Amino acid sequence: MKITIARRISQIFFVLLFFWLCLVMTLGEQWWELRGWPVNLFLNLDPLTGIATLLSTGTLYSGLLWGLVTVVLTILLGRFFCGWICPFGTLHQAIGYLAHRKKNPGQKAKRNRPSRWQNFKYLILLFFLGATLAGGLFSHRPTVEGGLLTGLLDPIALMHRSLNLFLLPLADGFSAGTRFYAGTGAIGLVFVIALGMNLWIPRFYCRFVCPLGALLGLLSRFCLYRIGKAWDECTHCMLCESDCEGACAPAGTIRVHECVLCMNCLHGCFHDLIRYQPWPSASGQQVGPDISRRELVLSLAGGALLIPGLRLGGGLGPNWDPKQIRPPGALPEAAFLSRCIQCGQCMRICPTNVIHPAGILAGLEGVWTPVLNFRVGTSGCQFNCIACGQVCPTAAIRPLSLAERQGKGEFEKRGPVRIGMAFVDQGRCLPWAMDRPCIVCQENCPVSPKAIKTQVHFAEFARRPVRRAPAKSLELGGEPLPSDALGTGDYFARFREQRRRILANTAHTLTLQSAWDRPPAPGDGVAIVIKLQRPVVDPGQCIGCGVCEHECPIQGKPAIRVTAENQSREPAHGILL
Amino acid sequence: MDPERKSSHLNRREFISRSLKAGAAVAGACALGYRFYDPIGPAAQPSAGNTVYLPDFSLPSQGKKLCRVRAADRKAALAAAFKGLGGVEQFIKKGDCVLLKVNAAFAAPAMLCATSHPDLVAAMVRLCLKAGAAEVIVTDNPINDPASCFGLSGIGPAARAAGGRVVLPESGLFSPTTLPGGRLIRDWPLLYGPFKNVDKLIGMAPVKDHHRSGASMSLKNWYGLLGGRRNLFHQDIHTIITELALLVKPTLVVLDGIASMMQNGPTGGSLADLKETQTLIVSTDPVAADALGAALLERKIAALPHLEMAQNQGAGTTDAQTLSPIDVNLL
Repeated sequence: MKITIARRISQIFFVLLFFWLCLVMTLGEQWWELRGWPVNLFLNLDPLTGIATLLSTGTLYSGLLWGLVTVVLTILLGRFFCGWICPFGTLHQAIGYLAHRKKNPGQKAKRNRPSRWQNFKYLILLFFLGATLAGGLFSHRPTVEGGLLTGLLDPIALMHRSLNLFLLPLADGFSAGTRFYAGTGAIGLVFVIALGMNLWIPRFYCRFVCPLGALLGLLSRFCLYRIGKAWDECTHCMLCESDCEGACAPAGTIRVHECVLCMNCLHGCFHDLIRYQPWPSASGQQVGPDISRRELVLSLAGGALLIPGLRLGGGLGPNWDPKQIRPPGALPEAAFLSRCIQCGQCMRICPTNVIHPAGILAGLEGVWTPVLNFRVGTSGCQFNCIACGQVCPTAAIRPLSLAERQGKGEFEKRGPVRIGMAFVDQGRCLPWAMDRPCIVCQENCPVSPKAIKTQVHFAEFARRPVRRAPAKSLELGGEPLPSDALGTGDYFARFREQRRRILANTAHTLTLQSAWDRPPAPGDGVAIVIKLQRPVVDPGQCIGCGVCEHECPIQGKPAIRVTAENQSREPAHGILL
Repeated sequence: MDPERKSSHLNRREFISRSLKAGAAVAGACALGYRFYDPIGPAAQPSAGNTVYLPDFSLPSQGKKLCRVRAADRKAALAAAFKGLGGVEQFIKKGDCVLLKVNAAFAAPAMLCATSHPDLVAAMVRLCLKAGAAEVIVTDNPINDPASCFGLSGIGPAARAAGGRVVLPESGLFSPTTLPGGRLIRDWPLLYGPFKNVDKLIGMAPVKDHHRSGASMSLKNWYGLLGGRRNLFHQDIHTIITELALLVKPTLVVLDGIASMMQNGPTGGSLADLKETQTLIVSTDPVAADALGAALLERKIAALPHLEMAQNQGAGTTDAQTLSPIDVNLL
């Protein structure tokens, strides 16, 4: 079997596995739904996440240790990950192949010539690493704690995000149960543009943009085996470069750090000059990018200054955004931002579809980080659910136990995890503003005792003079009442301090549930009142789950809304003693 | 030598050297991974830093003392009060580092009496230095912008001119503190930085109306040592003042009732809010001082629950007579 066939099998296997692992990240009992699948396999194997969070937090969290496998194998073998495993790379390669397959080898080789712009991805990598470094240096200053931006361009995070929030929901859209993600069009656009660039240059993203490729390129400096020419003599037919995925110039001075080990050149050469060998190429080799000191310094410094610069907006300080509600278990914002890679795993797993990618409004640093949107989805954030923290690959959302989330057992003293707090908008609430009974919010409040209490209030609906007051009924004068409207159980007739429930009515008569203790006399005024239970939030009980907001009948801008006030993760945002 | 053999020899050397480097890189990567591996994940909250505890600045040797001076001039009143108490040397020893906790809450001019009066602060600084104090620090964590408060109230320039050192409450100066047995002051940021090496603490508060607590005097003045979102404590104002009375044990308090803010407090804003009550109180017992201050505000002690709560907790007495107050009349 040719080695390129083996490579193709590997690529197809891993791209299918990737799709599969995204698909199974669904809570449910079907065989294809979540049941111990290693859904973070690729994110864990991706050493860029590991190294960047190591720099921004000083720790290597749990599964990210798997990245070490990739690092070690890359040091020994070169960028096998890019050519053999990376599902994003496979998509690029497939599209590039389809787009250029009808061109002749000369034309194809021309597109695969090395370009100075391939250095650009190393600058992107340095820029990102610079951004994480600022944190390590100034971790005591909240405005300059480490930032993590790798997720924006990290191919694994990008692909997860694109599948989780764009492709799979798009596919779902043709079946039942559409999942919405606010602003996901932008995520799809980035994905489509990245793939579309292959129409111009194959593996455009891998060659010019990919910070993971850059990292692996730097790691491949000492790789033991490498592509190269056995002898320097060569007809320069360039056939070896016609399908060269890395644009690493195997025909001339090979760029070892650009070679993705696609092995296409091995079979292209009629003279069997190209080998996978322990020696350097007979035509010479280059083992690292030739970036100037100026480029290096500017990239690192630019990244290091970006995060403090962005944070001058005060978003981590007094200008924090109360609309930004993070999932339960999310770390304090600065620590959260030093870990979140915007992969969208939490958004995909969320059974109620309330976790959404934050748009640009969350600040450049917060783009596509998870925030809760209670208008979308099937309910609020479920009191008995801890899924998001369990899948988060970097512990930006800590893996909570159910006991910790609910404040039970050893967490009793600390109480449940609060992600925000609900506030009643009395100007929009039916019982508060419009004298209509409702309290759907109170009914749905999942905590015990309920965080939504009610205040009983009898609002006057009408007042009429009494004509006659026979037992258990009233005949009234004045304007006619709406017929059959007052027997709902919520209306009462009130005379002095006595209230009697109205069972039925006509334009001028009321049927009452019970007789008066002291009946009104003809000519006395009787009020018709409606019993209202007006919701009031108990800040000591409310966990900010947003079920009330989701269920509020005022759907456009609900009359009870959660903001991030009183969230557990930021004690400084508390409102209670 | 055969060129091909030479090149393969060179190749071999290159390969061995490269393999060693690759091995070193692998070992380095594994060591880093092992060193920083974190199987558990981060804690819910980063640690807030070490808890600090404010020392007890009271002087048991001096016992409970109180001097009340009737006067129109603050400087003269202060001098007379210390004379009545046996001299400032009774409290300030040579080489002492003294901290004056003033009330600089608002960026308002001194004449409105919303803040400690600069004349009184300057006089206190000079008295301390005269008694041999090595350093006098003047600090507060005001409500309005700190630099503006110290500048506009005149406290800053006056204290500096008198030889004191003004410390503005920068964020790095706060550390968490906990009042043992307290309910509200738990891991709460305290303006602790200026207290390094401090031997004596003098609280300097004006007598003011305060809508929420009834009055702002010596005890309420300690609020200015708290940081963070301290206005949450307004939900339980009398308890927080009581806890502050237990947390802060000063050498002395100087309660300025030469003019008292009778209404519209604690900001005031008009001379019409003030009354010339012509009284200055210096006491080792802040509760007793405030009990007398309440009379200046024409308020009953029972209307200021924090005074009795503080007394019940052992922070002092609301019955100033038990201190056998020394009365001086300069009028």
